[in-house]
Amino acid sequence: MLNLLASFEPMHFVENLRYMGLGMLGIFIVIGAIMLLTILLNKLTEKKEDSDSENKGA
Amino acid sequence: MEVLYQNLLNLDIRMVIMWLIGGVLIWLAIKKDMEPTLLLPMGFGAILVNLPLSGAVTQGLEEGPLSILYNAGIANELFPLILFIGIGAMIDFGPLLSNPVLMLFGAAAQFGIFFTLCMASMFFDLNDAASIAIIGAADGPTSIVVGQKLNSNYIGAIMVAAYSYMALVPIIQPPIIKLLTSKKERQIRMEYTQKPVSKTTRILFPICITIIAGLIAPASVALVGFLMFGNLIRECGVLDSLSETAQKVLANLVTIFLGITIASQMQADKFLQLDTILILCLGLIAFVFDTAGGVIFAKILNLFLKKKINPMIGAAGISAFPMSGRVVHKLALKEDPTNFLLMQATGVNVSGQIASVIAGGLILNFFLH
Repeated sequence: MLNLLASFEPMHFVENLRYMGLGMLGIFIVIGAIMLLTILLNKLTEKKEDSDSENKGA
Repeated sequence: MEVLYQNLLNLDIRMVIMWLIGGVLIWLAIKKDMEPTLLLPMGFGAILVNLPLSGAVTQGLEEGPLSILYNAGIANELFPLILFIGIGAMIDFGPLLSNPVLMLFGAAAQFGIFFTLCMASMFFDLNDAASIAIIGAADGPTSIVVGQKLNSNYIGAIMVAAYSYMALVPIIQPPIIKLLTSKKERQIRMEYTQKPVSKTTRILFPICITIIAGLIAPASVALVGFLMFGNLIRECGVLDSLSETAQKVLANLVTIFLGITIASQMQADKFLQLDTILILCLGLIAFVFDTAGGVIFAKILNLFLKKKINPMIGAAGISAFPMSGRVVHKLALKEDPTNFLLMQATGVNVSGQIASVIAGGLILNFFLH
């Protein structure tokens, strides 16, 4: 208990807020990139499969 | 005669308390069906390692089998990574791939991890604080890998908290969701149109994610890579037998050893400390703020959207799969028995799985030197 109280440093919360900002920014950048890539993949493969089926029909 | 009772003299009240804790874990697993695959082995293991001079763990120069297993599979992160292959093989990214925008909620619901990091840093050094914060990933293997890589002194408590809170998602999340949303918001309907996803997309998705995550957060590449490898086995269409083995036999085998090996870190002298209680509280804070992060993000988006989103789906962004998706679905049905959010919530839930692994990678990027 004494150890915990002795190590209690409330200012560390404020000092480490930058990790919160960096972390959330990092997550949104990576997930954003994955999201855009998925949209792109969907678009590209959708077109390809459409034209494939058109070719088969012809 | 003395031989028969002399070990009893080594019995300590703290060991008996650990037996009770083990009993509670077993009870939760059997009676409440809470993560039984992990809580039951952990509960039994907690009893096993807290018998006086237990031969299951290393005593002096005499090596114990659980300590050997710990060094062979957890200290080097092998078990959680192998388990990730099985988890990857179990996940169907279909709902997410047909609605990629849902991924944003998975990102927002990692807020609890970083908030808890700041909270924990008030009591612990940064490596321990980061390891504790990752409990909010709601993902056991990620917690183990991050805790091990950062050399946390509290790995036992972190693992117990991570798995216990995952099991408690149906109890933790509903009050937070209700607190942050109005009845009207909880009744918002969301149309779900299942757009077809090509096989090419399904195959390229795990490969591309591995490359992107590896380029941006290289420390996460083992975690993401093993998860996506499992998914590639599932989606490639030519390895059905391997996929089935990864989903069932492999995942089950690793889980058996994982649970009981984690228990080797639950020895009374290490576990029964005030630090452990504080870690359990911080783990709860992480889950609460993850849930709040997802819900509040959805509410913010609603300010700009014409077609409103049911903010409850944001809560499914925590990685606890598939529990949190089901929780949101059930809450929606409770408000309106004709409002089905299962597919949207599942999509968000799956994105939480990816986002939590990336969060683990980012944490390692920050603190692994």
